[in-house]
Amino acid sequence: MICDVCKKKKATVHLTEIVDGKMAEMHICEDCARERSVQMEQQFGLADLLAGLSDFGKQIKTEDTAKLQCSNCGLSYEDFRKLGRLGCSECYNAFRGHLASLLKKIHGSTQHLGKRPVGRSVAPTVTVKKEAKVVKEVKEDSLQGLKTKLQQAVLSENFEQAAILRDKIRILEKKDKTL
Amino acid sequence: MTVDDLINHTGEWLKGTGPQSHIVMSSRLRLARNVERVPFPARASKKDLAEIIKIAKAAFDASEYFKNTMFLKINELDTLDQQFLIERHLMSHDHAATSEGRAILISKEEILSIMINEEDHLRIQVMQSGFNLNETWKIINMIDDILSEKIPYAFDEDWGYLTACPTNTGIGVRGSVMLHLPALVMTKQINKVLEAIAKLSFTSRGFYGEGTQATGNFFQISNQVSLGHSEEDILQNMNGLVHQIIEQEEQARQALLVQNRSVLEDKICRSHGILRNAHIISSQETVDLLSMVRLGIDVGVIKDVEKQAINELFIMIQPAHLQKLEGKKLNTLERDVKRASLIRSKLGS
Repeated sequence: MICDVCKKKKATVHLTEIVDGKMAEMHICEDCARERSVQMEQQFGLADLLAGLSDFGKQIKTEDTAKLQCSNCGLSYEDFRKLGRLGCSECYNAFRGHLASLLKKIHGSTQHLGKRPVGRSVAPTVTVKKEAKVVKEVKEDSLQGLKTKLQQAVLSENFEQAAILRDKIRILEKKDKTL
Repeated sequence: MTVDDLINHTGEWLKGTGPQSHIVMSSRLRLARNVERVPFPARASKKDLAEIIKIAKAAFDASEYFKNTMFLKINELDTLDQQFLIERHLMSHDHAATSEGRAILISKEEILSIMINEEDHLRIQVMQSGFNLNETWKIINMIDDILSEKIPYAFDEDWGYLTACPTNTGIGVRGSVMLHLPALVMTKQINKVLEAIAKLSFTSRGFYGEGTQATGNFFQISNQVSLGHSEEDILQNMNGLVHQIIEQEEQARQALLVQNRSVLEDKICRSHGILRNAHIISSQETVDLLSMVRLGIDVGVIKDVEKQAINELFIMIQPAHLQKLEGKKLNTLERDVKRASLIRSKLGS
């Protein structure tokens, strides 16, 4: 099967999209899928939709991963892949790039939004960034709620529900701009 | 305080009180926390494990809050005591299996337990009776704050609390609500409900923990996601989901009472009758019958039995509990006899 978008490469990604209540199937290649994923993220903040594709861009070569190792506890990335468990808190830094896509796949996000240890101060530059973010979050509160639901709908492959939510989000986002 | 002090009473979470306790047995929250840089327990040396126990113990000793608790080293307990703590939902099978370098802290009312060196350095658990996630969160949040002042937690600006398994990374919170859903099972609607739960990124499992089949019509609902949402968000989502399940169960109970009242009454009263009269009974049969009696109390068919007594029996009828009550090792038949006599005495026959 040939990619529906570029009409050149082999289609390995199969998407179901709902436009105006009608279901449409798409068959696209990895490169086009990745491009689409970026577009969608910009549109809904929803790279999760294509979470399964997030590794394609940086498909890891065996010789690269073979060398990857945590300098604190000695766990290799290969071992982590086999065990599914990290060796120590420093492993998160050692395997940061690979873990980001994994965490995104598992949780649908890579940003901690919960509490922090008592007395753990935030670095000054980060504080500014975080404050700006909080303001934005409050403003987009209901929008955020819808987006979370959309994520859940997509992850559970409930595409009809996802389409309804997507339309609601679009309306809200338009409203936001007119305010 | 020793393990033996626990045998004569049961945990606070079995009281059978609290919001929605006609359907919700208990609410539980668990936090996964680690000490920065020290290898996680599965990769830790003996020295590392001892160091973590030392750090944790020092933090417990420094706070008044942990005054009424007991601190136990797992390898200093015999297998019966280990099994006993598992049966009480205070610790996991895994924690007992690798007993070397493992410890546990348990509060007097069994509201709080902290496993040290399970999959993570600290696994903090708080349990409450009824549907009470918000109250449970207040308690565990406070305990976590107290500990974080003394223990250098592994924490990342972007990814939150760092845990051995990436499925816990972030807030490190697993919330579990134990639901009693006999009417949804009897009306064969339960699979639909469980499918819906799975679709919403929640998971369900049985009364006796991870990997167990649902017995006695109990289903434990837990969250799966821990990154990208605040603790409050996760709890709110769980609250919403559980409320919906409660509604479904209430409707199913109502339907049974209206459409099949005599069949339901017969099932409940026969179950009560067997429990009050049996002299030999297996744990599986007991759990199924207790579930019916619990339903009977909740829908008003049985009026002279305390729900707490039934809740406690779900725990007390397990093998290690029976053997500790009897004060000696019992074989299967002896346990079935002891179980029946315990039930008869609890149900006042």
